[in-house]
Parts: sequence; structure tokens; C-alpha cells
Amino acid sequence: MTTTAVRELSFGPAINEAIRLEMRRDPNIIVMGEDVAGAAGRAHLGLVDAWGGPLRATRGLITEFGPERILDTPIAEMGFLGAGVGAAMSGLRPIVEIMFVDLIGCCFDQIMNQAAKMHYMMGGQVDLPLVIRTAYGTRGGDNRTYGGGAGAQHSQTLYAVLAHIPGLKVVVPSTAYNAKGLTISAIRDNGPVIILEHKFLGQRAKGPVPEESYTVPIGRAEIVRRGRDVTLCGIGRMTHICSEAAELLVAEGIDAEVVDVLTLSPLDEDTILESISRTRRLVVVDEDTPVCSVARDIAARVADKGFDNLDAPIKTVTAPDTPVPFSAVLEAHYTPGPAQVISAVHELFGTGA
Amino acid sequence: MYERLTLIREFEERLKWLVETGVPVGAVHYYTGQEACAVGVCAALEPSDWIASTHRGHGHCIAKGVEVHRMMAEIYGKTTGSNRAKGGSMHITDVRVGMLGVNPIVGMGVTHAVGAALSAKVRKTSQVAVAFFGEGGASIGAVHEAMNLAAIWKLPVVFVCENNGYAQATPVEYAVSVPRIADRAAAYSMPGLTVDGQDAIPVWEAAATAVERARRGEGPSLIECMTCRYYGHHQGDDALRYRTREEEQAARDRDCIRRFREQMLDQHLLAAVELDAIESTNRKKIDEAVAFAESSPLPQPADLFTDVYVPARDGDQK
Repeated sequence: MTTTAVRELSFGPAINEAIRLEMRRDPNIIVMGEDVAGAAGRAHLGLVDAWGGPLRATRGLITEFGPERILDTPIAEMGFLGAGVGAAMSGLRPIVEIMFVDLIGCCFDQIMNQAAKMHYMMGGQVDLPLVIRTAYGTRGGDNRTYGGGAGAQHSQTLYAVLAHIPGLKVVVPSTAYNAKGLTISAIRDNGPVIILEHKFLGQRAKGPVPEESYTVPIGRAEIVRRGRDVTLCGIGRMTHICSEAAELLVAEGIDAEVVDVLTLSPLDEDTILESISRTRRLVVVDEDTPVCSVARDIAARVADKGFDNLDAPIKTVTAPDTPVPFSAVLEAHYTPGPAQVISAVHELFGTGA
Repeated sequence: MYERLTLIREFEERLKWLVETGVPVGAVHYYTGQEACAVGVCAALEPSDWIASTHRGHGHCIAKGVEVHRMMAEIYGKTTGSNRAKGGSMHITDVRVGMLGVNPIVGMGVTHAVGAALSAKVRKTSQVAVAFFGEGGASIGAVHEAMNLAAIWKLPVVFVCENNGYAQATPVEYAVSVPRIADRAAAYSMPGLTVDGQDAIPVWEAAATAVERARRGEGPSLIECMTCRYYGHHQGDDALRYRTREEEQAARDRDCIRRFREQMLDQHLLAAVELDAIESTNRKKIDEAVAFAESSPLPQPADLFTDVYVPARDGDQK
């Protein structure tokens, strides 16, 4: 019997381990992106591996796999993501990092018109085993009273525009465990998968992670807390906010269930519908802005398919319909927190202020 | 080469006739006039090499060996088409012959060719990739990003710019900052050469040199082929709204097929009867392709939902 060692890892190192294990298994996997290693071409000066991506999720890979497979790119998202698409069509399994999801505007055609549609448009004749990793989200919630965050162009949660595109799988892990398992699933998927990694979770979300390789299935949500009275449906970092809210609601005698959506497309409607069939109430919590959002899409689907099982209107808790502000004070207001979730629950029960 | 030159011409002329008689084939961009570019370049390639193409891609497909009956069926929107009726003229693909796709988002195919060249380098094969684009595509950022990547990584790729003078209705001298697109090669430390794109022989010579250089691991090259499309941008476009009759006639006077035929005859390499036989075989091939397309089945509504996601394959790591 093999025994599996389990240690505590945080989010970024868990993703690093996923990539490392898969790269050992398959020589056709490469990593590309801006400063995925850092100090490119400076090995002769003893300078290597200076960066490792915004979550440090690719740090150390170059020392094991070399610059042939860990490719630092120039700042050319459209060019190197396009090269990733072409490489995926011709025998490689590229993992391409777009440093922040805010930068997808620079390469959106490669995602929207190329990667997502290739297999369909070409009548199924090409596989497109491409993984796009990108960091998202605000720093909000660290309760600083002055200073600022990364501002409107480096703090967004743009996954709704990605989930809108048919053919693309969109994954948002929330813990070190599911980040590792979903990353491995994404690498093994024969089609394009985009993984959004919350930058606030990078060195946090610490939890038990087996040393060995394992997968967490794409397309499946997870019930992370069982409850009877209301379903709190969270995405990415917001799942942690839902769990915090659920703990606080205990004192009020409200037993909340928390569902971690994990995959935005294809969405696991069944798990959400099954949950509300028991709890009969739903709050969807999303860090993205509200218009045409995943939160409202989930709400619409549940209204469409689960209306008879609801005892109250569906609530959504999202960021406001504004750009992300710079000021730390404003950013903390911008980002949904446990208080807003609890307030939405109160509305469902007709209680509270 | 003559076989391919005339097969492309026959395909496009027949397609044009079909369009004009009302066959509803969707958007098409005729390659007529530019045949020497695709044929000259692809003659320098091995079957295992890759090409990526543009919206004006029928010629590249035929030159690389995509079967004309599967192309015609695709353009007709039939399930026997190269892309099973999911692509049409602007997406014809056949990876079995190294054709990575017609790509109508201008310039994007260039990045894919660079990716295929990266794949060849990482997997240590001797494959070369060719990126076809137009002088219109030469203005898009993706092309420049791709050239820079290919240059810094010394990738086995050949950039082939078919300069037909017009990006839709915008003339090259208005839209391009340099007298020759090939001048831009200097910005990426690669050889750049402008050749007569209405003569398959110099195109082939330039391509052969660039392909050999790429295969030796010395990196990319840029070839600019000066050419002309005989018709409008697409099937509904009247080119005389932005260019003159004299200009069109001058291009037709340099027709690549007639010149190739004359060279073959002058140098006694092929007799007229042999050249005629090639043309007649090609006509028959296109007759058969049209008949195949017309008699092939249309897709069923359920086909709408196939191939949205890529399935797991036998032998995948679970």
C-alpha cells in the first residue's frame, strides 16, 4: 500500500507543484509568459529565476526544466499567446501565463476567436491543449485605512467575459488543494482552459495538499459547508467570504450551506440546484461587477430551473458597477465582504436592519 | 508546379462562376492572380512542414496539398468538407497535410505559425513553419510581436508577405511606412527579400533559401512577394472603385501561369501537349470536386452541438 504524505501548502506553491509534477510526466508541456522565470539569459552571471510570476507559481521551474521549456517572453501577450495556440495545435501542451487578467485586452483575439473556437471551427480535427493562467482580483478586505491597491487596470475580476465564450473552460480555484487538482486537470484537458488565480490567495489559502498527483474535475462545483437554511454560492476568493459569513450566521441561528462554484464554464448547475432544493434560498457572491456577470447568470439559471424550490427571491452580492478604485479605503468598500453577504441573508429572512 | 498553379486557378475560376450563378457559398476571397506565391513557397516545403494562412487562403490550401473536393464541400457547407461544415472558406484546415488553417482575423495565423515553429524546436523535429500574410496584415501588432519572438528564439519559420497592393480598398503606399515590407526584416535581425510574386521560380528560390536557413536552426526570414489579386477583396467587391483598369491590365500582362507556361516551352522542359493535359486533368478534378460537394449531405441540427469542447482521448493520463 502506498502512503501519501500530506502537508500544508499555500495557493501559489500548490499550483507550482501541479505544474512541476505534470512537466516531469510529459516532455511536451512548456510554460510561457512574462517573467515566469525572470533574469532570462543571465545564467552566465549566476542570475536565474528572478521572478516566477505574480503568485510565484512558476518560481524554481527553470532550474529543473531549463530555458527550453520555461520560456520568458517579451511583453507581447498577443504574440506569445498566439504562439501558444499554434504550439498547442502542433504537438505541445503550453501553459501560458497572462500576468493579470486585466491584460487580456492585449490578447483577447487569441482567446475569443482563436483558442476557444479552433476545435469547433475546424470540424474537430485539432486538439488545443492550452492552459492560460492569470491572476485576478482586488486586495480589498485587508482593512487598511489609507494608501492604495493596484487600481482600476490591475485589480479586475474579468471572468464573465471569458465564461461568455463557448468552447473555453473557465476555472476559478479557491484553496491550495483544489488549485493543484484543477491545474492538473487543466493541463490534461485536450482543449483550452483558463485558470483565474486570486492574487490575494497567492501566499494564503493554506491547507492540506497531498504530495502526489491528483485531479479535481473541471465542471463540478463543491459543497464546502453543509447547511439547511440558505445556500451561499461563492466564486474563488468569495468562497472564503461566504464561509466567514456562514460562521457568523451561526450565532443568529441561521445554518448556511456554502457552494464553491470552481468552474464557471461549463457551469455545474446540478450541484447548485440540488443545494437550493434543500435550503430553498440562494445568495450568489461574486467579486466581479454585476452587469452580465456570472452571479446574475447563476441567478437566472436557478430562477429558470429551480423556481419552484425557492422560498425567497435570489440575491446577488457583487462589486458595484464601477471601476476598481485605487484608495485602500474605497477598495475595501468595493470588494464584497462577509457583512454584505450577511445583509443579503437578512433580506431573505426579512430580518436585520 | 504547373499542376498546382493551374489547379488553384481552375478552383477559383470555377468557384467564381458558381458564385455568380447563385450558389450560396458564404464569404469567399479569390486567390486568382497570386498563385505563384503559394505554389512557389510550398514547393520548397516537406509534407510534414506547417503553413498558416489568411482569409485569402484557397491557394495556400491547394499548394500544401489539401484535397480540392474536401475544400469545395466545405465551401458548400456540407458535412464531407474539410471542417465538416463548421468553418467554410475562411477556416479551411487540414492538419494532416500541415495546413494549420485559413484565418480571417488578419495577422493571427502568423502567430500560430510561430507557435508551430516553437513546437518543432522544443520537440526537436526538423519541421519548418511558413506564415503567409498580406501587406495589410503587415500593419497589425501581432505580426510584429510574432516576428520578434521568432527572432529572439531563432525559430524555424519563414514569413511570407504577399503584397497585392490593397488591404480591402486601402493602398499599400498609404498604409505602410516603408517602401518595401521586406525592409522591416532589419528590425528583427532577419534576412528580408522582395521578389516578383507573379513568377513562381524566384518565389521558390527565395523560399528554398529561407527554409534551409530555418532548418539549419539559424532562425526566421521574411520574403515579400509583389503580386496582384485579379478580383476584388471578396466576391462582392468591385476593385475598380479603388484601382485603375490600367493597373489591373499590367498585372494580368504578368500572369504567373502564362509566364510559367512560356518558360517551360521556351526551355523545352515540357511540351504544350503535356501542359494542356495537366490543365485538362485539373478541370476534371474540379468537375469532380463540384459534383462531390453538390451531392454531399448537409449537416443535421444536432451537429450544432458537436466539437464545442475537445474530448478526452484514448491513452490520456487520467
